[in-house]
Amino acid sequence: MWGKKIKPMRKVAVVAAASRQEEKMLDNEVEMMVPLITEVRTKTGLDQTDIGFTCSGSSDFLAGQAFSFVMTLDAVGPVPPIAESHVEMDGAWAFYETWVKFQMGVIDTALVYSYGKPSPGSLQDVLSTQLDPYYIAPLWPDAHAVAGLQARTLLEQGIITVDQLADCAVRAGTVESREEYFSQPMLSDPLRKADCPTYADGGVAMILAVEGKAEELCEKPAWITGIDHRIDAHHFGVRDLTAVPSARLAAEKAGVHDGPIDIAELHAAYTTQDLLLRKEIGLPETPNHSQRSYSIKADTLMASGLLRIAEAARGIWDVQANRALAHATAGPLLQQNLVCVLSGESN
Amino acid sequence: MESHERLSAPLVLEYPFTRTTGPVIGAFLTGLREKIVLGIKRKDGSVLVPPTEYDPETSEGLTDMVEVDQTGEVITWTWVQEPRDQSPWDSPHALAMIKLDGADTPLLHAVLVDNPESLKTGTRVRIKWREKTEGHIKDIEGFLPMEGDDD
Repeated sequence: MWGKKIKPMRKVAVVAAASRQEEKMLDNEVEMMVPLITEVRTKTGLDQTDIGFTCSGSSDFLAGQAFSFVMTLDAVGPVPPIAESHVEMDGAWAFYETWVKFQMGVIDTALVYSYGKPSPGSLQDVLSTQLDPYYIAPLWPDAHAVAGLQARTLLEQGIITVDQLADCAVRAGTVESREEYFSQPMLSDPLRKADCPTYADGGVAMILAVEGKAEELCEKPAWITGIDHRIDAHHFGVRDLTAVPSARLAAEKAGVHDGPIDIAELHAAYTTQDLLLRKEIGLPETPNHSQRSYSIKADTLMASGLLRIAEAARGIWDVQANRALAHATAGPLLQQNLVCVLSGESN
Repeated sequence: MESHERLSAPLVLEYPFTRTTGPVIGAFLTGLREKIVLGIKRKDGSVLVPPTEYDPETSEGLTDMVEVDQTGEVITWTWVQEPRDQSPWDSPHALAMIKLDGADTPLLHAVLVDNPESLKTGTRVRIKWREKTEGHIKDIEGFLPMEGDDD
């Protein structure tokens, strides 16, 4: 019903990326982004005037100010005037918008970046505001409680087991051992602290380039061979919480199953969601190279998804992977999902 | 120039908009004020509670509102040991997805029990209304396990 799989008309690659995550950063958003944007421009030798399009992702709710991204443009240097856009979403969706812009044929290079700095305020308050404003938000459930509702459904229906959660927490590095996991008290029963994300400040910057240009800027461009994003119903009461149809569909449309995946970078902030996503996308529970940095250990609102794409690209540059998957999510309980496949080969 | 000679105008910051909740959410909230719970029928006959103006999967417009029971079943739940400052509840409680009898989808609310051991999935619960209702989801104070049927 969704039509044919979309084949990219122009080949686009990630040619440089820089990122930073810390639990509490003293730098403000501009100070955080200046070195990252400088790093990717230096790596590629591009000056801002050489860049066809600049697109960012961030949250005014986090910054507590309307049009807060305009301030962060100081880190880019918007004079002389630049072609620029912004999404109030994770940078992975800025990445998608930029990919579309490439397909329109109007640009050959682009700068994509995103950032989040939750440490000065209450991220739980911000996350509550994304819930239904009449039925759910007035009850102020925090994100861990909402995740706990899904976790119990998954455990009681036998979709996942507590032992799998413990192993996932060990892989993610939130605990050293299964024993340590089981010694933790419940945080949002049946979730323990080790199942839940630690929030971090952070940012990512990235340069994309079209075929013909990408090879000049990078020894081994990470080619985007497929990208798609889909959405499930906002109210999680109407969803089957044991499935993520939007992630499944996005993976299918991005061509995940057209070949083996060497690295899977998933944006799952909870152990339960990591395990569920692997089932839905059809990945092994413990793939060879997917343990660089779990979002459970450090989750940055608006940057985690783009960071997954950066990590997948690094896998291609380091020749650890020939084909890498990056996933990003937004909204309550994996409501929106973006899947991108990167490859070391342009075909 | 003296300050009273300068041209000036008062600046009053205001938010000159009102929002209406519309024919479906509005009816649901008005129902709560009257201590009844309304859902809405989808094309396949199933009933959405809480109701929406459109089908969340097909986007079809929905109009057929129906009353559902004030008793139901806990579908899933989690325990809130330390309620947040903004929470309507001061003491530890369960947050649960509750499917009311006559409804096909669950709504989120609290189950007012003292400890997590007193609750399990499948527990039958009944609405506890606030004494004074005003057309808000918080008109429901929470849900209480039904006596004689709490396992």
